[in-house]
Amino acid sequence: MSDDSQTGTFLLDDEEIPFTRGQTVIQAARAAGKYIPHLCWHPDFKAHGSCKLCTIKANGRLGAACTLEAQDGMAVENRTPELDDKRRTLLQLLFVEGNHFCPSCEKSGNCVLQATAYDLGMMTPHFDMFYPDRPVDASHPDMLLDFNRCILCELCVQASRDVDGKNVFALSGRGIQSHLIVNAESRRLADTDFSATDRAASICPVGVILKKRVGFAIPIGERTYDAAPISQVDIAKENT
Amino acid sequence: MAKLRVATTSLAGCFGCHMSLLDIDERFLQLIELVEFNRSPLTDIKHCDPCDIGLIEGGVCNAENVHVLREFRKNCKVLVALGACAVNGGLPAQRNHLDLHTILEEVYHTAPGLAAGSQIPDDPELPLLLNKVHPIHEVVKIDYFLPGCPPSGDAIWKFLTDLIAGRTPHLGHQLMHYD
Ligand code: SF4
Ligand code: SF4
Ligand code: FES
Repeated sequence: MSDDSQTGTFLLDDEEIPFTRGQTVIQAARAAGKYIPHLCWHPDFKAHGSCKLCTIKANGRLGAACTLEAQDGMAVENRTPELDDKRRTLLQLLFVEGNHFCPSCEKSGNCVLQATAYDLGMMTPHFDMFYPDRPVDASHPDMLLDFNRCILCELCVQASRDVDGKNVFALSGRGIQSHLIVNAESRRLADTDFSATDRAASICPVGVILKKRVGFAIPIGERTYDAAPISQVDIAKENT
Repeated sequence: MAKLRVATTSLAGCFGCHMSLLDIDERFLQLIELVEFNRSPLTDIKHCDPCDIGLIEGGVCNAENVHVLREFRKNCKVLVALGACAVNGGLPAQRNHLDLHTILEEVYHTAPGLAAGSQIPDDPELPLLLNKVHPIHEVVKIDYFLPGCPPSGDAIWKFLTDLIAGRTPHLGHQLMHYD
């Protein structure tokens, strides 16, 4: 593409994908109906680039599809056995670091982590389990926080800060110590101005931020990713 | 072709996975054309002979579970973690962040409504509880994993028929469930 051109194409697993200048690889791919596995990226928010699940190979180099800008003529590998193996390992690490007991999780069937693990054929967490001790916060009248399932994607942090203008959530600590906290001196959700109608109340891709009293309204087995794999659902969302 | 020999057991599980195995219904008649059951709650055979496939339901929560699991590993060419509890500890592992003694005290001693003089059971025949519940891959090498709570009869059927036919078991989206 010439310097002033606003569009171009790149190859994604040997298929030509058009893009407009400034689009990231994942944005262009999704607009073209191609699924790149991802967890911390959400189309409505600024890319955070932390989970690395969207790792692709662009011109032979590993990069995050949610932060890498598309470039004309670039050759991108996405669903190769090598990359899907790496992605599966990242998922396994997330599963053992938290407490993910899907059969008793209200998010089961609607959970992006679980659905991505299905898509990648993750049959086992493989590593030794951490079984961390993370008490739930049920203090809020309408909402429940089950920290056991947090994958630290920061979507709630962004949504609360940038959409709701409230700053209810933050990440604290580093490395394996990092965890989600509630911005109140008591650290309890009830002592914030958080509300069930906040954008942050419905953004969590996993089963941490849950509305009370609506549990199991839709039975297990009849939920979003029971009906269709995330590779299809994610693309369908783009086109509605 | 000689029948494959299959052993099954339930460790720290609820027998749901075994019930789900029975949910293959009339296909069970096809299954027993292909396999014979060795040690299993279905046969009441108490110890494993050398087997081709071992199906393990449940994680390990006590010392006996560990012994049984090791017996299976020793005797089975292919060992399968059947269901959520075998795969990641499942519901029993939700006690893992609690202190074992505190749980026993509360359940058998201090909970309201217990008979007078209730004590923590200490019969020497009872296997000792482990401090934590573990998935079976933390104890022995596991060859295949079939998640689900329980995996559906259809998932078990697909898995077993693939395995028996010498194919790598593949569930596909419909049958792949962690719940
Ligand atoms: S958050 Fe998702 S992966 Fe974790 S327990 Fe719930 S359904 Fe399972
Ligand atoms: S609570 Fe949910 S949205 Fe917030 S960081 Fe954890 S996983 Fe992400
Ligand atoms: S989706 Fe790109 S790093 Fe998380």
